[in-house]
Amino acid sequence: MTEGRDLCDRSASELAELLRRGEASSVEVTRACLARMDALEPRLNAYLTRTDDLALEQAARADERIASGDAPAVAGIPLALKDVLSTRGVRTTCGSRILETYVPPFDCTPWARLSEAGSVLLGKTNCDEFAMGSSNENSAFGPVRNPWDLDRVPGGSSGGSAAAVAAGEAVWALGTDTGGSVRQPAALCGVVGLKPTYGLVSRYGLIAFASSLDTVGTFTRSVRDAAVLLQAIAGKDPMDATSLPDPVPDYLAALTGEVRGLRVGVITEAFGEGVQPAVAAGVRAAVDRLADLGADVGEVSLPHTDYALSAYYLIAPSEASSNLARYDGVRYGLRVEGRDSVEMMARTRGAGFGPEVKRRIMLGTYALSAGYYEAYYGQAQKVRTLIIRDYDAAFARYDVLVSPTSPTTAFRLGEKVDDPLAMYLSDVFTIPANLAGVPAISVPVGLDETGLPIGLQLTAPVLREDLLLRVADALERELALDLRCPAIAGQGQSGA
Amino acid sequence: MAGGYETVIGLECHVELSTATKMFCGCRNEFGAPPNTNVCPVCLGLPGSLPVPNERAIEYIVRIGLALDCEIAPRSVFHRKNYFYPDMPKNFQISQYDLPVCVNGHLDIEVDGEVRRVGITRVHMEEDTGKTTHGSASGRIHEADYALVDYNRAGVPLVEIVSEPDIRTPEEAGAYLRELRATLEALGVSDVRMEEGSLRCDANISTRRVGEEGFGVKVEIKNLNSIRSLERALRYEQERQRAALEAGETLVQETRHFDEDRGTTHTLRSKEEAFDYRYFPEPDLPPLEPDRAWVEALRASLPELPAAKRARYERELGLRPEPAVLLASSTVQAAFFEEAVALGADPVAAANWITQDLAGMLNKAKVELAEAKVTPRHVADVVRLVADGTISATGAKQALEVALETGEEIEAIVEARGLRQVTDTAALAAWVDEVIASNPGPVEQYRAGKQGVLGFLVGQVMKRSGGSADPRAVNELLRERLSGG
Ligand SMILES: [Zn+2]
Repeated sequence: MTEGRDLCDRSASELAELLRRGEASSVEVTRACLARMDALEPRLNAYLTRTDDLALEQAARADERIASGDAPAVAGIPLALKDVLSTRGVRTTCGSRILETYVPPFDCTPWARLSEAGSVLLGKTNCDEFAMGSSNENSAFGPVRNPWDLDRVPGGSSGGSAAAVAAGEAVWALGTDTGGSVRQPAALCGVVGLKPTYGLVSRYGLIAFASSLDTVGTFTRSVRDAAVLLQAIAGKDPMDATSLPDPVPDYLAALTGEVRGLRVGVITEAFGEGVQPAVAAGVRAAVDRLADLGADVGEVSLPHTDYALSAYYLIAPSEASSNLARYDGVRYGLRVEGRDSVEMMARTRGAGFGPEVKRRIMLGTYALSAGYYEAYYGQAQKVRTLIIRDYDAAFARYDVLVSPTSPTTAFRLGEKVDDPLAMYLSDVFTIPANLAGVPAISVPVGLDETGLPIGLQLTAPVLREDLLLRVADALERELALDLRCPAIAGQGQSGA
Repeated sequence: MAGGYETVIGLECHVELSTATKMFCGCRNEFGAPPNTNVCPVCLGLPGSLPVPNERAIEYIVRIGLALDCEIAPRSVFHRKNYFYPDMPKNFQISQYDLPVCVNGHLDIEVDGEVRRVGITRVHMEEDTGKTTHGSASGRIHEADYALVDYNRAGVPLVEIVSEPDIRTPEEAGAYLRELRATLEALGVSDVRMEEGSLRCDANISTRRVGEEGFGVKVEIKNLNSIRSLERALRYEQERQRAALEAGETLVQETRHFDEDRGTTHTLRSKEEAFDYRYFPEPDLPPLEPDRAWVEALRASLPELPAAKRARYERELGLRPEPAVLLASSTVQAAFFEEAVALGADPVAAANWITQDLAGMLNKAKVELAEAKVTPRHVADVVRLVADGTISATGAKQALEVALETGEEIEAIVEARGLRQVTDTAALAAWVDEVIASNPGPVEQYRAGKQGVLGFLVGQVMKRSGGSADPRAVNELLRERLSGG
């Protein structure tokens, strides 16, 4: 399908086959990605730290392993990691001044597993500071630009990972999704973004934003790649008490292409006011194709969706206010001296955090304060329970639910920076899945009138990633889109 | 009760558990290691690290709860207690709030032979903080120009035990803390060393009129480093509060610091300055839901606790309350005692030897019973040899002292040192005559009717015999000679 493309623009599954047959080497693929980075990074700013030497070293080792005939599926495929995922010996900034020089002494579990399996690390990708944002404009190190239109945002907070995969600066990438931070940028950049069930992938080494909502998710060029990458990182981790003990199924086995008789519920609330007509139309058209394939399509209501955004903006900042308390200049990261330890902490935090992070810390501190806890945090947790019940009711009737991933396609840089509420609305369809802990995936279903990608979101019950992948894969095959973002055009370096 | 006032006291005790590893990571839990050597990403609170509960610590707190007759909650939750402090790596402490592991228990204490029941409100699990040392060229704290933080203690499992305000006197507070310490020691869950901080205690004290139902203004006292400090601070504070009320002053709710050197308390912070800890459920830890069968198995495996031991010693072995309390409050001492009894020693005599003479000798030699060369066999032998008249009490004491030093067998010591009691009248008579001859003054006094002098003369004979004379025989012989004269 992608014959004639640069190595760095191909899917991981396709590349794995080339590597296995000896028709390409991991070093070649890695060099192609690095060359693409050389060409595009001055404009995209998707990476905060490049690990070229490490990548080539890992690629060479992967090639040996592949040659010996016993390599895992992810071996030799170059990967990018969002810069909130800890990497031993490689600077991990969270897009924040306060961690600008922080080098973790340990690997996050997902990367530890991938590294063990022969993965190749290209570098650490840009993101909104501490994953707080929907446009990547909250990074202390400058915004990432959308490879489909350099004047537009890639989405956030995992904008760097999404842009890198879309632009061939990585074959695939990991991000984190607390309220849509994988799915929304995936939609805005025209790639596949999977947010697994809360607890399926270990959070150990994921630098926390909101612990009860944070998940590690994948950015890939195909649904099949998502299945492969998820397979490599999923499963119980003794270092994370909230990771689930359930055995991990074979996700590739779920990609049957068959959706006949599957019950697909279209979420009524997700097509109301504020949804860009082209997005609504694109998603509906894709749903019709599912119906053509034999799926039973119906409408379903999630009545408490309206309250999800408010609940999220109480729970997430509350947890963040506590999670981010450790950045005080005492042990690591930025330190701004003061007359005493209290002044040192205050000055360090004043200088180290950006405005959105400060806004959320204050919001969360207030929501947890004596006398306000019940009215805010307590109430938000009740809403969370209602949202879980909404999903339970919906999943009693449907196997998967469908909605747009984001109400709009990529918006312009600066368009929403002065209006936090408008920015927050960008995640209105993705947040409920985080509150309920259920898995969801965003798949590209076409382009809007200005040529920007539209994402469709599928949501499934807890631990039913197999269903998500099955439906998303069937849809991908059926649509057979051949998306190439304009930034790639004419970027041939490695030849094909 | 002076002035018709009543003191109301409740205690909050923190106990460091003696698990091999810390509460939420695999670092070693040990006292006195070089600074920052028992640390890892988790207990340093590095970004991205996550806590995983230590199952042994959970077992320990459940055992504590069971020993204090608490209900073990079928579901309990960890909370975050948020406040900024340099020795707290995450700037929040993982603790418990409204759903602790254990609730509604009690501890029986014995004061002046009377048993009182003190309610236990709750027992909860948390993690300890690091330790800060302030330093400066001048060495004065208020001029400190740097602070050093040791995180070895950060994340050590800590259990907080909160009593009901059922304590009425400083002495009862002391008895409560002693009983709690003994109970924890018997459970083997903590070193319970107040001087090393593995047992720490804060006291809440208020004063009300006798017969009043409500509570007076509560004052919390901190920095109580020993049971003696606790009692001293409470005595001082009891008087301070009564004097203030007598003088018509209004007490304020506050936290006060106990000054060990002066024996006084002073204001640390008022209620208005109290922290808002912004408690919320710890999202990184699932709720604790202990398996009922497991809890019941722990209950069945509890060791005999001090209160039960004390009662058994009194009821079955005929001990008086005082030695019974003393023996039962120390696991090592109680085991030592029971072994001596098992070796045939008379319990009452053995208890007296262990709690008085031997305790005094150990104290003087600065040796712990557990490490001493003296054994229950030594005590059993001493009791037996005194009872059958082979040695005198004085000789026995000497023999025990030697045994403590060398570990030799009592009978060997008795032979080698000639401590065998002499009852042979001829030998005794010679010593008696010598003493009468060399103490004409006291002899005169005795004859003039001063009976008390006899004790002095007996002592002189015992001394001359090197402790080997039978004091009863000496006594008789002296009376005979002096009255016969
Ligand atoms: Zn540790």
